[in-house]
Amino acid sequence: MKQLTVISGKGGTGKTTLTSAFAALAENATIADCDVDAANMHLLLQPEIIKTYDFTALPTANIHLEQCTGCGICVDNCRFGAIKEGFEIDPYICEGCGVCEYVCPADAVTMEYNKCGEAYESKTRFGPLVHAKLGIGEEAGGKLVTLVREIAEEVGPKNNCDTIIIDGPPGTGCSVIAALTGVDIALVVTEPTVAGIHDLKRVMEVTEHFEIPSLVCINKSDINDNKRREIEKFCTQKGIKIAGEIPYDTTPTEAMVEGKTIVEYTDNSFAKCVIEVWEEVKEEMQS
Amino acid sequence: MQTTPAVDMITTETPNMKITVASGKGGTGKTTVAVNFFLSVPKTSLLDCDVEEPNSNLFLHNDLKKVKEVTIPVPVIDEQKCEHCGKCADFCNYNALAALPQKVMVFSDLCHGCGGCSLVCPNDAISETGRSIGNIERSLSGQFHTGLLNIGEAMASPLIKELKTYAGENTVIMDAPPGTACPMITTVEDTDYCILVTEPTPFGLNDLKLAAEVVREMKIPAGVVINRAGVGDGGVEEYCHQTGLPIIMEIPYDRRIAEVYSEGIPFVETMPQWKEKFLQMFETIKEAVR
Repeated sequence: MKQLTVISGKGGTGKTTLTSAFAALAENATIADCDVDAANMHLLLQPEIIKTYDFTALPTANIHLEQCTGCGICVDNCRFGAIKEGFEIDPYICEGCGVCEYVCPADAVTMEYNKCGEAYESKTRFGPLVHAKLGIGEEAGGKLVTLVREIAEEVGPKNNCDTIIIDGPPGTGCSVIAALTGVDIALVVTEPTVAGIHDLKRVMEVTEHFEIPSLVCINKSDINDNKRREIEKFCTQKGIKIAGEIPYDTTPTEAMVEGKTIVEYTDNSFAKCVIEVWEEVKEEMQS
Repeated sequence: MQTTPAVDMITTETPNMKITVASGKGGTGKTTVAVNFFLSVPKTSLLDCDVEEPNSNLFLHNDLKKVKEVTIPVPVIDEQKCEHCGKCADFCNYNALAALPQKVMVFSDLCHGCGGCSLVCPNDAISETGRSIGNIERSLSGQFHTGLLNIGEAMASPLIKELKTYAGENTVIMDAPPGTACPMITTVEDTDYCILVTEPTPFGLNDLKLAAEVVREMKIPAGVVINRAGVGDGGVEEYCHQTGLPIIMEIPYDRRIAEVYSEGIPFVETMPQWKEKFLQMFETIKEAVR
């Protein structure tokens, strides 16, 4: 089973547009939407959910006021400042460490596990999709990403898939690391803008740190020729192959409004560029 | 000596505000809005809280000076005192400690720095040391601060928390990380107003709903900026009308804006008429906070 993760550092460079097109083009792939706190893949793939998994990560403290003597030892020991006036826990700040429960001399604190998200195994017109929804303001995005990947690794072989295509989250932190660890190849989608280049360089440091072979795709490639050349130069220096370039165009937005992937929506030159990127990625994955 | 009230105490200026610029979806234009807003409204400061990929300074071109290396406390085991009872590892909810028969292993990347392990250790064998997670940098004027998370580092929130202590006295604008998970919450927490930047597409709408739900639950007043207005569909507008979320600005889909953006130029510099629009938006926000 080969695994490909599509990332970008910067958000909005076209990860999901590309990944959804790959879903349509790949013959035997399971898709994993690992952008768990702003998942979009389901909007294009219209999944039919066949199994739901509850996601529980860290507990939240609960102070039982009827037992609380108001001594304040918990407040003194909470490193996160999660215990507010009146010994109320701010659930957004509480990181579930359990120190307050441990130090409370009156046994007034319990740690409670609540569901903080769901993961789904689904069927789509292109094959299996594993996706998730992180509860509002929940921690542990990285752990939910790991859960999605674990489910995909089970679902894939069951459906005779030979590839898992992972739509990664933006950034370089917790969730990105979870979406990258142990994959065979990363496709980094960038754009020829100062921000795109800056974020490309940072996220490539992450892929290097975890020793993941990478390819680059330049989206909106005609928006700035100098910046495009700068990316090409950077990739040449690093010995990274450019899988393809895609023009600045409203085609993805139009396709998105129709709820379609690019390759279903049109066979124009834009779609042809996307297909070329996929062919390149596929070849690289097999080598 | 007689004390007289300071002049600025008599004026009817609104108190200084903390305004976050957030969005569920990445790449909708948070940094564009935050930077142009900052450049349009006098006496404001800017914090770039998108510490995984901070981009604001690519448009501001400030010389930055490191002001602080941010660390989180992580355990150090004194092998002389440790009796390998395993209580520390049992206590740790983050799996940052593993007790083996002869040794306790510390996985400091996973540690949240709660200090629980040193509290539970019966032999006083655990002390703490600082582990660097990133830096805080500032511009010479002190009006701009940014956080920069170390590469390969997962803990963004403690760095954002520390960065927020540099807010200063002015009204502060904070460029938030994308998403609705902990780094975004840490940024939005305890602020007076949240600008939600979106684009008028199905992806934009889906992620706007998530972000709007977060600020609603946190009881923070919010308004929407629609970027790239003119493409896509009417879903975002419809949603805003239905839920009573005010649309406080629309930035049109315009290749010229995309081109100056690509060069790292804030568009209020090439299209100065926009400064007035950002000032108007500031007035709208002041009203909403009041």
